[in-house]
Formats: sequence, structure tokens, C-alpha cells
Amino acid sequence: MKKILIAFIPLSVLLGLLLLLFLNMGYHNETIPSPLIGKPAPAFSLPTLYGDETLSNADFMGEPWLLNVFGSWCPNCLYEHPVVSQLAASGDVKVVGLNWKDEFEDADNWLTRLGNPYHHIMVDYVGKTAIDFGVYGAPETFLINAEGIIVHKIVGELTPENVANEIRPRLEQMQ
Amino acid sequence: MKQFVRIFALLIITSSFNSFAIEVYEFKNDEQRELYQDLTKELRCLVCQNQNLADSDADLARDLKDQVAEFVINNQDKDTILAYMIQRYGDFVTYNPPLNASTFFLWFSPFLVLLIGAVILVINIRKKHNE
Repeated sequence: MKKILIAFIPLSVLLGLLLLLFLNMGYHNETIPSPLIGKPAPAFSLPTLYGDETLSNADFMGEPWLLNVFGSWCPNCLYEHPVVSQLAASGDVKVVGLNWKDEFEDADNWLTRLGNPYHHIMVDYVGKTAIDFGVYGAPETFLINAEGIIVHKIVGELTPENVANEIRPRLEQMQ
Repeated sequence: MKQFVRIFALLIITSSFNSFAIEVYEFKNDEQRELYQDLTKELRCLVCQNQNLADSDADLARDLKDQVAEFVINNQDKDTILAYMIQRYGDFVTYNPPLNASTFFLWFSPFLVLLIGAVILVINIRKKHNE
């Protein structure tokens, strides 16, 4: 009898592992926690998509703002576009676009077709600033406070839920 | 048939483009080349997370490889380059994670399993002795 029980140990270990893996499937995500949260935004100096301006960290000091990394090539940016537009139109936070690894014509067409929600659009076609921010996909959104500190990061598209649960409470806290 | 030949020729031409793209960096010496290869094997591609940079052809992986190559050519050492990446992407970016509070279990869980095995072994041996 005891021997039979011992023989079942490997089987139960296997079943346990399978259960563990199965349970983890639902939780699995590829979001990498950013080490930049709570730290000053990396220094940048970028041209704007429209006009001849160059914007850097200093231009955004004094009020909280969102940095939204997008590209015309990115399907989920299309998906989040209405949410970005709504948030920008609400006037509750300055929304700045970072047009990443794109081309002017494509970006311009995309924005003309869908509407341009951004207060400013900066351009990073080489991708250096994106690397400094630890961007590894689009869309990504950074919430940066009036002192230039990165407060929060959302990997993937903005949704009405994460805007309500993650962005808005932090904005309210800042006031 | 003509169409087929044309497509075949096109395939050959484009595949040779691909192999051209592999060695684009001009390192100053073999040590730099080795360091570059070392680093791109140790760094993870953030887009396709089960690949290292060397194996990945994702857009971001190419940008990161360019950056690594630039540092290597400018004589930055390995630790500086790794620190640069970890500062931006966190410990996750390296396949050789450092020992700290959040990776403690990762590093020591094998010893835990070993310990459990040892305990079972000792109990069994004692039992055999007593019989």
C-alpha cells in the first residue's frame, strides 16, 4: 500500500506543476517593470513633427504631462487613438506624442485621417530617445509630473479603464 | 516558367541582402568583435522576449545592437554597457540577472530543491539502517 503511494509522488508532482503552469497562463504578460519610475525623465532634445521647433525637458516643466509613444505603423496606436483624443480634449493633462520610428509622410497621413489629439508631437525616427526611456514597443505612455519625474508608465494601449484607474488618480494626487 | 525564374532570382537576391546585413559594424580589433558578440548574446530582446539580441531581427533589437556596437567601438567596457541597458530596461534585459531581493528566489530555489532531496535521502537511509 505504502509503495503504491510513493509511486504516485512523481505523478502528483507532475500534476502540481501542470496546475501551476495552467494557473500562470492567465497571469502571464510581457510587461517589463520600468526602472525609471520615480526617477527624472531622461534628457531629450527632439524636433517637432510640425514646425521647426526643438523641445527638451525644460519645455515641459511646471505641469504634469503624458508622453505617448506612437507610430502610424502600430495597430494598437490606432486602437487607443480615441482614448488619447478624449483624454487630451478633456484638458486635464497635456498630452505629448512621441512619433517613434516612423516617416513624416506616414505619420502626417495617419494624423490627418484620424485627427491630431496631441498638444505637441516630437519625433524620434532614429530611436535613441526611445531607448533612453526604455521603450520596447508602441504604444507606451509615461506620466511625468511638474518636476520632470516619471510617475507612471503604461505599456500597451491606453484604455478607458487604465486611464480611470491609473492615470486620473495620480493626476488628482498631484494637484 | 519565366515567372518562376524571375521570382527565384528575386529570392536569391533578397536573401543575399539579408546576409549582407549581418556584419555591418567595423570593429577596431577582434576583442571588440568578441565583446560585441558576448553582449548581444547576454542581452535579451525586449520585443521577442525569449530571444537574445544577437538572434533577433526586431526593429528595436537592431537599434539596441547599433547602440551596443557604437559603445564597443568607442571602447566602453562590458559593465558600463550592461549598466546602460539595465538602467533603461531593468534587470530583465540581461539573461544573467544580478542577485538582489527580487531575484533571490530565482537564484536559490535550486538549492531548496537540493535540500529537500537531501532530507528525503537521509530519512530513507536511516530507515534502511533501522530495518
